[in-house]
Amino acid sequence: MAVSRFTITREPLILRALVEAVLEAHHDDARATGRPSPGAAASFVGLVRNENAGRRVLYLEYEAYEPLALAVFERITNEVNKRWPEVVLGIHHRIGRLDVGQPSVAIVASSPHRAEASGACRYVIERVKQIAPIWKREVFDGGETWIEGAVADPEDEAAAAEAWRRACA
Amino acid sequence: MAASMRVTVRLFARLRDVVGETELVREIPPDATVADVWQALAVEWPAVAAYGASLSCAVNADYARMTARVEDGDEVAFLPPVSGG
Repeated sequence: MAVSRFTITREPLILRALVEAVLEAHHDDARATGRPSPGAAASFVGLVRNENAGRRVLYLEYEAYEPLALAVFERITNEVNKRWPEVVLGIHHRIGRLDVGQPSVAIVASSPHRAEASGACRYVIERVKQIAPIWKREVFDGGETWIEGAVADPEDEAAAAEAWRRACA
Repeated sequence: MAASMRVTVRLFARLRDVVGETELVREIPPDATVADVWQALAVEWPAVAAYGASLSCAVNADYARMTARVEDGDEVAFLPPVSGG
Protein backbone atom coordinates (compact mmCIF):
# COMPACT_ATOMS: atom_id res chain seq x y z
CA MET A 1 0.00 0.00 0.00
CA ALA A 2 1.59 3.22 -1.14
CA VAL A 3 1.83 6.23 1.17
CA SER A 4 -0.41 9.24 0.56
CA ARG A 5 1.04 11.76 -1.88
CA PHE A 6 0.13 14.68 0.40
CA THR A 7 0.97 14.49 4.08
CA ILE A 8 1.85 16.51 7.15
CA THR A 9 3.64 14.10 9.46
CA ARG A 10 5.66 13.87 12.66
CA GLU A 11 7.52 10.85 11.25
CA PRO A 12 10.86 11.11 9.41
CA LEU A 13 10.42 11.76 5.68
CA ILE A 14 11.36 8.98 3.28
CA LEU A 15 11.93 10.36 -0.21
CA ARG A 16 11.87 6.93 -1.83
CA ALA A 17 8.35 6.23 -0.50
CA LEU A 18 7.14 9.52 -1.97
CA VAL A 19 8.78 8.82 -5.35
CA GLU A 20 7.06 5.43 -5.44
CA ALA A 21 3.68 6.91 -4.51
CA VAL A 22 3.92 9.59 -7.21
CA LEU A 23 5.06 7.17 -9.91
CA GLU A 24 2.39 4.64 -9.00
CA ALA A 25 -0.29 7.35 -9.25
CA HIS A 26 1.18 8.52 -12.56
CA HIS A 27 1.25 5.01 -14.04
CA ASP A 28 -2.33 4.40 -12.85
CA ASP A 29 -3.43 7.65 -14.50
CA ALA A 30 -1.56 6.84 -17.71
CA ARG A 31 -3.22 3.40 -17.91
CA ALA A 32 -6.68 4.82 -17.18
CA THR A 33 -6.50 7.77 -19.58
CA GLY A 34 -4.09 6.68 -22.31
CA ARG A 35 -1.88 9.67 -21.52
CA PRO A 36 1.93 9.26 -21.58
CA SER A 37 3.58 7.46 -18.68
CA PRO A 38 6.28 9.26 -16.66
CA GLY A 39 9.63 9.77 -18.34
CA ALA A 40 11.15 11.82 -15.54
CA ALA A 41 10.81 12.40 -11.83
CA ALA A 42 12.39 15.39 -10.10
CA SER A 43 12.65 15.74 -6.35
CA PHE A 44 13.40 18.45 -3.84
CA VAL A 45 14.32 17.84 -0.22
CA GLY A 46 14.58 20.73 2.24
CA LEU A 47 16.95 20.15 5.17
CA VAL A 48 17.54 21.80 8.53
CA ARG A 49 20.69 23.87 8.05
CA ASN A 50 23.19 24.41 10.87
CA GLU A 51 23.21 28.19 10.53
CA ASN A 52 20.72 30.95 9.78
CA ALA A 53 21.34 34.71 9.64
CA GLY A 54 24.67 34.27 11.42
CA ARG A 55 23.16 32.14 14.21
CA ARG A 56 24.26 28.62 15.02
CA VAL A 57 21.06 26.59 14.71
CA LEU A 58 20.53 23.80 17.26
CA TYR A 59 17.16 22.55 16.02
CA LEU A 60 13.85 23.69 14.51
CA GLU A 61 10.35 23.13 15.83
CA TYR A 62 7.74 23.04 13.03
CA GLU A 63 3.98 23.35 13.36
CA ALA A 64 1.18 23.42 10.80
CA TYR A 65 -2.51 24.17 10.52
CA GLU A 66 -2.93 20.71 9.08
CA PRO A 67 -6.31 20.75 7.27
CA LEU A 68 -5.49 24.06 5.61
CA ALA A 69 -1.95 22.94 4.76
CA LEU A 70 -3.33 19.87 2.97
CA ALA A 71 -5.85 22.06 1.13
CA VAL A 72 -2.98 24.35 0.11
CA PHE A 73 -0.99 21.38 -1.23
CA GLU A 74 -4.04 20.53 -3.35
CA ARG A 75 -4.33 24.13 -4.48
CA ILE A 76 -0.65 24.26 -5.51
CA THR A 77 -1.14 21.00 -7.42
CA ASN A 78 -4.08 22.55 -9.28
CA GLU A 79 -1.94 25.57 -10.14
CA VAL A 80 0.75 23.29 -11.60
CA ASN A 81 -1.77 21.13 -13.48
CA LYS A 82 -3.38 24.20 -15.04
CA ARG A 83 -0.07 24.88 -16.80
CA TRP A 84 1.19 21.30 -17.05
CA PRO A 85 -1.72 18.82 -16.91
CA GLU A 86 0.61 15.85 -17.33
CA VAL A 87 2.59 16.50 -14.12
CA VAL A 88 1.88 14.34 -11.04
CA LEU A 89 2.95 15.72 -7.65
CA GLY A 90 3.60 14.61 -4.12
CA ILE A 91 4.36 16.83 -1.12
CA HIS A 92 5.36 15.59 2.34
CA HIS A 93 6.07 18.10 5.12
CA ARG A 94 7.32 17.16 8.54
CA ILE A 95 6.35 18.90 11.79
CA GLY A 96 7.63 18.69 15.35
CA ARG A 97 11.27 18.89 16.42
CA LEU A 98 13.80 18.51 13.61
CA ASP A 99 17.51 18.37 14.23
CA VAL A 100 20.19 19.78 11.94
CA GLY A 101 20.48 17.70 8.78
CA GLN A 102 16.98 16.23 8.91
CA PRO A 103 14.60 16.63 5.96
CA SER A 104 11.71 19.03 6.65
CA VAL A 105 10.01 18.83 3.27
CA ALA A 106 10.07 16.43 0.34
CA ILE A 107 8.56 17.19 -3.07
CA VAL A 108 8.36 14.89 -6.08
CA ALA A 109 7.11 15.82 -9.55
CA SER A 110 6.83 13.30 -12.33
CA SER A 111 6.17 14.09 -15.97
CA PRO A 112 6.62 12.58 -19.41
CA HIS A 113 9.52 15.03 -19.89
CA ARG A 114 12.25 16.40 -17.61
CA ALA A 115 11.67 20.13 -18.06
CA GLU A 116 8.16 20.06 -16.58
CA ALA A 117 9.17 17.69 -13.76
CA SER A 118 12.02 19.93 -12.71
CA GLY A 119 10.04 23.17 -13.15
CA ALA A 120 7.05 21.86 -11.21
CA CYS A 121 9.29 20.80 -8.34
CA ARG A 122 10.81 24.27 -8.08
CA TYR A 123 7.41 25.96 -8.37
CA VAL A 124 5.99 23.83 -5.58
CA ILE A 125 8.71 24.65 -3.05
CA GLU A 126 8.37 28.37 -3.82
CA ARG A 127 4.58 28.19 -3.31
CA VAL A 128 4.91 26.09 -0.14
CA LYS A 129 7.10 28.83 1.29
CA GLN A 130 4.63 31.52 0.20
CA ILE A 131 1.27 30.10 1.21
CA ALA A 132 1.43 26.84 3.23
CA PRO A 133 0.28 27.49 6.83
CA ILE A 134 3.43 26.04 8.37
CA TRP A 135 5.78 27.75 10.82
CA LYS A 136 9.22 27.08 12.25
CA ARG A 137 10.66 28.20 15.55
CA GLU A 138 14.43 28.30 15.46
CA VAL A 139 16.33 27.30 18.57
CA PHE A 140 19.87 28.60 18.21
CA ASP A 141 22.98 28.99 20.30
CA GLY A 142 21.87 31.83 22.60
CA GLY A 143 18.10 31.92 22.18
CA GLU A 144 15.08 31.08 20.07
CA THR A 145 12.87 32.89 17.60
CA TRP A 146 9.88 32.32 15.33
CA ILE A 147 10.86 32.55 11.69
CA GLU A 148 8.35 34.67 9.81
CA GLY A 149 8.47 34.80 6.02
CA ALA A 150 5.63 35.62 3.69
CA VAL A 151 2.19 36.90 4.66
CA ALA A 152 0.23 34.05 3.10
CA ASP A 153 -2.19 35.19 0.39
CA PRO A 154 -3.04 32.51 -2.16
CA GLU A 155 -4.81 35.08 -4.36
CA ASP A 156 -1.69 37.24 -4.69
CA GLU A 157 -0.95 36.84 -8.40
CA ALA A 158 2.38 38.63 -8.19
CA ALA A 159 3.64 36.00 -5.74
CA ALA A 160 2.51 33.15 -7.99
CA ALA A 161 4.11 34.87 -10.97
CA GLU A 162 7.39 35.16 -9.07
CA ALA A 163 7.24 31.42 -8.27
CA TRP A 164 6.69 30.66 -11.99
CA ARG A 165 9.56 32.95 -12.91
CA ARG A 166 11.92 31.02 -10.62
CA ALA A 167 10.54 27.67 -11.78
CA CYS A 168 11.07 28.44 -15.44
CA ALA A 169 14.35 30.34 -15.19
CA MET B 1 -32.08 34.39 15.29
CA ALA B 2 -29.66 34.02 18.18
CA ALA B 3 -28.53 37.20 19.94
CA SER B 4 -24.94 36.13 19.57
CA MET B 5 -22.84 33.52 17.82
CA ARG B 6 -20.14 31.28 19.12
CA VAL B 7 -16.90 30.82 17.19
CA THR B 8 -13.74 28.85 17.81
CA VAL B 9 -10.58 30.91 17.37
CA ARG B 10 -7.38 29.06 16.41
CA LEU B 11 -3.99 30.67 16.92
CA PHE B 12 -0.61 29.58 15.61
CA ALA B 13 3.10 30.16 16.11
CA ARG B 14 3.96 33.57 17.58
CA LEU B 15 0.31 34.57 17.96
CA ARG B 16 -0.35 31.48 20.04
CA ASP B 17 2.67 32.28 22.21
CA VAL B 18 1.50 35.87 22.76
CA VAL B 19 -2.00 34.81 23.79
CA GLY B 20 -0.93 31.61 25.54
CA GLU B 21 -3.79 29.54 24.09
CA THR B 22 -4.07 27.44 20.93
CA GLU B 23 -7.83 27.63 20.86
CA LEU B 24 -10.47 29.97 22.29
CA VAL B 25 -14.24 29.97 22.14
CA ARG B 26 -15.76 33.43 21.95
CA GLU B 27 -19.23 34.94 21.65
CA ILE B 28 -19.57 37.46 18.84
CA PRO B 29 -22.50 39.55 17.63
CA PRO B 30 -24.55 38.45 14.62
CA ASP B 31 -23.25 39.78 11.29
CA ALA B 32 -19.70 39.86 12.66
CA THR B 33 -16.79 39.56 10.25
CA VAL B 34 -13.37 37.98 10.69
CA ALA B 35 -12.05 41.52 11.33
CA ASP B 36 -14.53 41.88 14.22
CA VAL B 37 -13.25 38.64 15.76
CA TRP B 38 -9.69 39.95 15.44
CA GLN B 39 -10.62 43.32 16.98
CA ALA B 40 -12.19 41.58 19.98
CA LEU B 41 -9.03 39.50 20.37
CA ALA B 42 -6.86 42.63 20.23
CA VAL B 43 -8.99 44.23 22.96
CA GLU B 44 -8.60 41.16 25.14
CA TRP B 45 -4.85 40.83 24.39
CA PRO B 46 -3.49 44.27 23.38
CA ALA B 47 -0.12 42.66 22.61
CA VAL B 48 -1.56 40.95 19.51
CA ALA B 49 -2.71 44.23 17.92
CA ALA B 50 0.74 44.83 16.43
CA TYR B 51 0.39 41.66 14.34
CA GLY B 52 -2.77 42.85 12.60
CA ALA B 53 -0.78 44.34 9.72
CA SER B 54 0.89 41.06 8.74
CA LEU B 55 -1.89 38.57 9.23
CA SER B 56 -3.63 35.92 7.17
CA CYS B 57 -6.89 34.37 8.24
CA ALA B 58 -8.93 31.30 7.49
CA VAL B 59 -12.53 30.34 8.13
CA ASN B 60 -13.22 26.61 8.54
CA ALA B 61 -9.72 25.77 7.26
CA ASP B 62 -10.09 27.78 4.08
CA TYR B 63 -8.21 31.04 3.47
CA ALA B 64 -10.56 34.00 3.83
CA ARG B 65 -10.51 37.78 3.76
CA MET B 66 -10.81 39.83 6.95
CA THR B 67 -14.09 41.16 5.53
CA ALA B 68 -15.61 37.67 5.35
CA ARG B 69 -18.80 37.15 7.37
CA VAL B 70 -18.62 34.57 10.17
CA GLU B 71 -21.37 32.09 11.00
CA ASP B 72 -22.30 30.47 14.28
CA GLY B 73 -20.00 27.50 14.93
CA ASP B 74 -17.26 28.62 12.52
CA GLU B 75 -13.59 28.02 13.19
CA VAL B 76 -11.65 31.25 12.63
CA ALA B 77 -7.86 30.94 12.40
CA PHE B 78 -5.33 33.76 12.57
CA LEU B 79 -2.03 33.04 10.88
CA PRO B 80 1.22 34.99 11.31
CA PRO B 81 3.61 35.12 8.32
CA VAL B 82 4.42 31.56 7.28
CA SER B 83 7.82 29.86 7.20
CA GLY B 84 7.36 26.33 5.92
CA GLY B 85 9.84 24.48 3.76
